[in-house]
Amino acid sequence: MTSAQDVAQQIERRDIRNRWLLSAPALVIIFLAAIGPLLVMVAYSFMVKGDYGDVRFGEFSLDGWFSVLFWRDIFDDTIGLADAHLSILWRSIRLSFITTALTLAFGFPTAYFIATRPPSTREVWVFLITIPFWTNLLIRTFAMQEVVRNEGILNSLMIWSGIVDQPVQIMYTDAAILFGMVYVYLPLMVLPLYASMEKLDFRLVEAGYDLYATRARVLWRIIIPLVRPGVIAGSILVFIPSLGAYVIPRVLGGGKNMMLGNLIELQFGAGRNWPLGAAMSITVMLIVMLALLVYVRNATRSGVQHG
Amino acid sequence: MRGTALPQAQPAEEWGVCVSESAGRNAIDVRGVRKVFGSGDGQVTALDTVSVSIRENEFFTLLGPSGCGKTTLLRLIAGFEFPTDGQIMLHGEDIALLPPFRRPVNTVFQSYALFPHMTVAENIAFGLEMLGKSRSEIDGRTADMLKLVQMEELAKRKTSEISGGQQQRVALARALAPQPKVLLLDEPLSALDYKLRKEMQLELKQLQHETGITFIFVTHDQEEALTMSDRIAVMSTGKILQVGSPHDIYEHPAERFVAGFIGETNFLDAEVVATSAGSATVKLPSGKQIPAGLPEGFQPGSRVSLAVRPERAQIVAADADATLAGVIDNLVYLGTDTHFHLRLDGGEAFIVRQQNSSGSGINFATGDRVGVILGDDAAQILKD
Amino acid sequence: MARKRAFDLRNQTGFATVAMFTFFMLYLPMAALVVYAFNAGNSMAIWEGVSLRWFYSAASNERVQDAALRSVIIAACAASVASIAATMAAIATTRTKPYPGLTFKYAFINQPLMVPEIVTAVALLIVFSRIKVWTGYSGIGYLIAAHSAFCIPFAYLPIRARLENMNLTLEQAAADLYATPWLVFRRITLPLLRPGIIAGFMLAFVISLDDVVITEFVKSGGQDTLPTYMLGQLRRATTPEVNAIATVFLLFSVLLVTAFFFINRRKA
Repeated sequence: MTSAQDVAQQIERRDIRNRWLLSAPALVIIFLAAIGPLLVMVAYSFMVKGDYGDVRFGEFSLDGWFSVLFWRDIFDDTIGLADAHLSILWRSIRLSFITTALTLAFGFPTAYFIATRPPSTREVWVFLITIPFWTNLLIRTFAMQEVVRNEGILNSLMIWSGIVDQPVQIMYTDAAILFGMVYVYLPLMVLPLYASMEKLDFRLVEAGYDLYATRARVLWRIIIPLVRPGVIAGSILVFIPSLGAYVIPRVLGGGKNMMLGNLIELQFGAGRNWPLGAAMSITVMLIVMLALLVYVRNATRSGVQHG
Repeated sequence: MRGTALPQAQPAEEWGVCVSESAGRNAIDVRGVRKVFGSGDGQVTALDTVSVSIRENEFFTLLGPSGCGKTTLLRLIAGFEFPTDGQIMLHGEDIALLPPFRRPVNTVFQSYALFPHMTVAENIAFGLEMLGKSRSEIDGRTADMLKLVQMEELAKRKTSEISGGQQQRVALARALAPQPKVLLLDEPLSALDYKLRKEMQLELKQLQHETGITFIFVTHDQEEALTMSDRIAVMSTGKILQVGSPHDIYEHPAERFVAGFIGETNFLDAEVVATSAGSATVKLPSGKQIPAGLPEGFQPGSRVSLAVRPERAQIVAADADATLAGVIDNLVYLGTDTHFHLRLDGGEAFIVRQQNSSGSGINFATGDRVGVILGDDAAQILKD
Repeated sequence: MARKRAFDLRNQTGFATVAMFTFFMLYLPMAALVVYAFNAGNSMAIWEGVSLRWFYSAASNERVQDAALRSVIIAACAASVASIAATMAAIATTRTKPYPGLTFKYAFINQPLMVPEIVTAVALLIVFSRIKVWTGYSGIGYLIAAHSAFCIPFAYLPIRARLENMNLTLEQAAADLYATPWLVFRRITLPLLRPGIIAGFMLAFVISLDDVVITEFVKSGGQDTLPTYMLGQLRRATTPEVNAIATVFLLFSVLLVTAFFFINRRKA
């Protein structure tokens, strides 16, 4: 006779099996059209590049990875640093950090403002952040172009107020890319910040004031530490797409001010160096994973602190 | 909540006297049931080898503090959990491993669990529908049920549009509609306010008499249990400590936990001097000897604990004849009663409850030295 | 601030001003874009009066019509696939004690959110270009597959949130009332889950409709969607026609988000 325990275990096993079957379609689709290709790309980064794009299948080579950072002279085989790549890598990282900092600078007060509205109007403010969030990235980039182009709002405003008498060239500069990225990614900062501020217990703020803290001290010593998970989440959410930005630098930076995303594209287009492009993509992914790791460690640590 | 002829309806019988054709059978037999949650270090034993028999047509209550395992036992009978060990027999057939939809038992949930996307009538009809009954039977029976719980007017309402008390009735009607062999009630009254709860207690009891269905009722409210039950099982830390009628449980608690959990109780140390059938003579530390109720298994000479209900003691002026002597620490006036909190000469705390009837005579004040007299059946020996 | 006003505990100096500036800056560029869509002139630079000519021009442009239709077809297919797969996955990953593989599933389902789009895009380019050569098939199936994959985590979010808020006792009550597991799902779980599934579908639809990068790399020749068509146009000397397309697109997104907002709020 089967014991009660056996049957209970059998039921549990069947439940887990059913749960695997149910999740199978999602897992298979994501594997076929996301994770699987990423793995193939890893393999591609270790192959010899084909003459007209693609790779010579199965021929192993480290050239792709080598070329990410170095450059070999065709004539005398001397090895040098790939300056162009390094400067684009540096620009991408720098612009991503500045974008993150600026979105935080504007996003934090905005999220705080929303979180301190009465519940009835709060929803409306959240809604106003949500609309740009769900609006096409290309359209928002395009909209920013209306601001920064020579005949755009910013230049008109500056000429009208007499700051300058000639339009300043902002389009196709790093500044334009920065404007675009801050504008496009700002909702990604505000929403997680708001989510953590909404949960903020304002009795703690009252307790802070009660113990003679000033506004600034309440902000630094009480509010910011308590919403730190939101700050970190928002920063990660802005940093990841900034680093991989492709559309914004392409539209606002023109052909010359490339970021990593454009450099990668170049290898699959005119550059015809797929292994290099694959290696660069993996490099971007590794940097992102590093950022995520920092996030996870921070998140768990703050969890321990408050738990 | 009366007036509808239910198929199994039969007059109320005094509990324990079964007159139906299933006389002598138990509705539910729980045999050696153990339930362990989790595995490895995180193992929690929710039920520790519990055995209990619930008779046909009785109103049976599982009483205990939260976490004692009473709800787990109910969920095992309902089929939402499966026992780690043991059997659960329904009319002699082991149902322990059947899924809930194959068991002829229905549940009234603590949260009612009414389907929010259905009307009152659709909720009540649901079980019959699932059993594949004909449309006419479903409609007729649903109408009967609506009438039984006086909800005809609200049949077309969504369940979110009716009050808590009404939701409670719908939950009850829904569980009764498929004519279960046993009805399980998981603290169904806990969400109601005090007055409504009192009303529903009487209505539930009435309903159980009318339908003749076996009710298994879970509660942590000892007063509720005493009011409604034919028999009560007192549970603590995964075990059933005592099963008996409300009178038994209150007057003859077998263990310290039961005595303490149900009503207020004073505990005294004593030594058994002599025993006879069902009673004993015990000696108090002061040397006074008094009679006491006796469970099995005690020999003269054994050290025991006595339970004394505060209302079975009487406070008198300090007197050498009094059973106990002490000083009034505190005096709480409660309208109908007065509670005297005494410090006995041996150092123990002791409470006496006295009714404030017109002739109760002497007035005592805090700090007075007083005596306490115990009636012949006031003291009960506890097992532990 | 004046002394006579009571001390507001929640206020932080200057925050409201920054917030107002932020909201203003969020909408100013979009407003400019919409305004220029109504420009009567040929260029983006000079304002020559109000006209609807660019809307007419865009609407009668066959390539725009073609791209718009393709966008909607892909979004509808991808959102359907994604919301069905996400519903099943959400049921499989909620309301259970942890079991082996659960964390793995979370990571797997959310993976598309964790990798920059450009990386996924080139990876898909590598694999799909080879498959296109092997099979000879180069239809929009690749786009639908790619869109379905990155839409799943977005569809999954609201469905999972709704499931987690759903009381398991309702399903137990149904089982107690003799409903078999399939009937419990059809009569209780699914009806209660519906708002979440609709929200998930809409999110997936918007996400698919908005995608530029992955579509740009996966599409075969002549398979422009509206965003990739616009991206192509931006390379040339642009006319306000692009503004007109963007304006209509914007309006559509706002309508969808508004609908989503109200669906989500109704049962909250």
